Amino acid sequence: MASVIRRNPSLATGAVLIALLMLSAIIGPLVLRANPLAVDLSRVLAAPGPGHWLGCDSLGRDLLARIVWGARLSLGVSTVVVALSLAAGGLIGGAAALAGGRIDGLIMRAVDIVMAFPGFLLAIALAAILGPGLVDLVIALTAMGWTGYARLVRGEVLSLREREYIEAARALGARPGRLLFRHLMPGLAGPLAVQATFGVGGIIIAEAALSFLGLGARPPAPSWGNMLDAGRAFILVAPLLTTAPGVAIGLSVLGFNLLGDGLAQLIGHRRL
Amino acid sequence: MRQLMRRLVALAPVALGVATLTFALIHLVPGDPVSAMLGDYAAPADIARMRHDLKLDLPLWKQYGDFLFGLAHCDLGQSISQHAPVARLIRERYPATLELAGAGLLVAIIIAFPLGIIAGADAGGPGDLAAMGFAILGVSVPHLYLGPLLMIVFSLDLGWLPLTGRGGLAHLILPAVTMGTALAAILARMLRQSLVQVIGADYMRTARSKGLSESAALIRHGLRNALTPVITLLGLEAGALLTGSIVTEMIFSWPGLGRLLMSAINNRDYPLVEGCVLTFALSYVVVNMITDFVYSAVDPRIRRG
Repeated sequence: MASVIRRNPSLATGAVLIALLMLSAIIGPLVLRANPLAVDLSRVLAAPGPGHWLGCDSLGRDLLARIVWGARLSLGVSTVVVALSLAAGGLIGGAAALAGGRIDGLIMRAVDIVMAFPGFLLAIALAAILGPGLVDLVIALTAMGWTGYARLVRGEVLSLREREYIEAARALGARPGRLLFRHLMPGLAGPLAVQATFGVGGIIIAEAALSFLGLGARPPAPSWGNMLDAGRAFILVAPLLTTAPGVAIGLSVLGFNLLGDGLAQLIGHRRL
Repeated sequence: MRQLMRRLVALAPVALGVATLTFALIHLVPGDPVSAMLGDYAAPADIARMRHDLKLDLPLWKQYGDFLFGLAHCDLGQSISQHAPVARLIRERYPATLELAGAGLLVAIIIAFPLGIIAGADAGGPGDLAAMGFAILGVSVPHLYLGPLLMIVFSLDLGWLPLTGRGGLAHLILPAVTMGTALAAILARMLRQSLVQVIGADYMRTARSKGLSESAALIRHGLRNALTPVITLLGLEAGALLTGSIVTEMIFSWPGLGRLLMSAINNRDYPLVEGCVLTFALSYVVVNMITDFVYSAVDPRIRRG
């Protein structure tokens, strides 16, 4: 354990941060019991104290409860989005590489066009048209995220395809689907894990930004982005209302960035 | 010059693709703009009239044709909420966004270069650790928190800088730092990595052996060679910086394109949304093209592509 920390401090620190984040997301709401949506006008902007460790927001809702539920929302949304992006990007990129020729060219042109479109803008435009809400948020963020994975998978498959064990599998009559999932997947797992780890961090920020702009989770929902936006009006009287969600976002993103760095170092795969 | 022409020609299909994607976003994604604009209790006759006014009753291919035709003439239609041509509204706001993005880029470069060089020259040492520690913090602090934080410290506590709005240089500093910090961190990391690779190269050994001091060799020979990947990244991220300005503009009440887009979204002013999205996206494409061009100017090896 000590040697892991010394050899790969990024991995160790990142893993600890993410473990803490997951713990608070899973167990926090059970331990705290405070309802993150319960309005209590006698406690408006209450200072931190027993029972309300971080104080209360402008509607008297317990800030710590909202942060912890926000972790659930933020982690939940970003994991689902990255999983969907991985699946969509992986299938599309893998199909392009295995099909080759004109189909490959056609698919990658389409990917290029979507990539020529700034990702966050695409998410904003989609979220604006679809309307606020969790499902629409996930769709908008996935539309922004899948292209990177498509490129990565295509590139890796193209280079793995020439290996002898793939040729052997093909000679034995393996079909493209089996080839992709059974034989290519293990080789793809490393680079994909690295990119997905950075991806979760990126989506956490994008989700917060969309919610901040009023295009993400609907207001009473405890999203860190919503909380930052609502807290700005009280920045002088209750700076914790912006600091707490800000630090929560920062630590989560830091955790995923460190973990990604550590993983990259672990499998000897450099970013970019 | 011929290089530039060739790139401009290559730009056309990408721009067309981006314009088509914008059109598809607004017109094909489910959700009826007209009933959204008029609300739930609108009379069917009013809805029909508005559809007609906005030319939404025409067949889709005709709308697409009109859209492209208008675009070629810099005509983006009429804004519904502001009763003015979309193109004019965008032209009024665009300089503010460019100013902000440019300042953000400048801040990023000013922070990133010293950090990257210190870290690269001292790889593994304390300077490296400190610079890269700052860099990973910089990437992780979300600008939606950095903005309010800077406001608390520099506007409210110290009273050094104005809180919001656009004016002289003083107004520009906080939003520019908000936008530039994350990019500075990314650039510094890239520059460090690139320098570390370059330092081991043969020509660096030659430079040192002909009597140049370590720092002179690094600045005169190392930096220039380490610059290419940094410029690529800079270009990619400069495009992203433009759209990143949306959040910063909202925090600092900066009267740019991002706030215009958000107000258009809130007013369900679809022609204006379409125009703003298109302007952002095309700027992104153009910035990427400029990067390609600068890239080949700096590194003659890729001039013949």
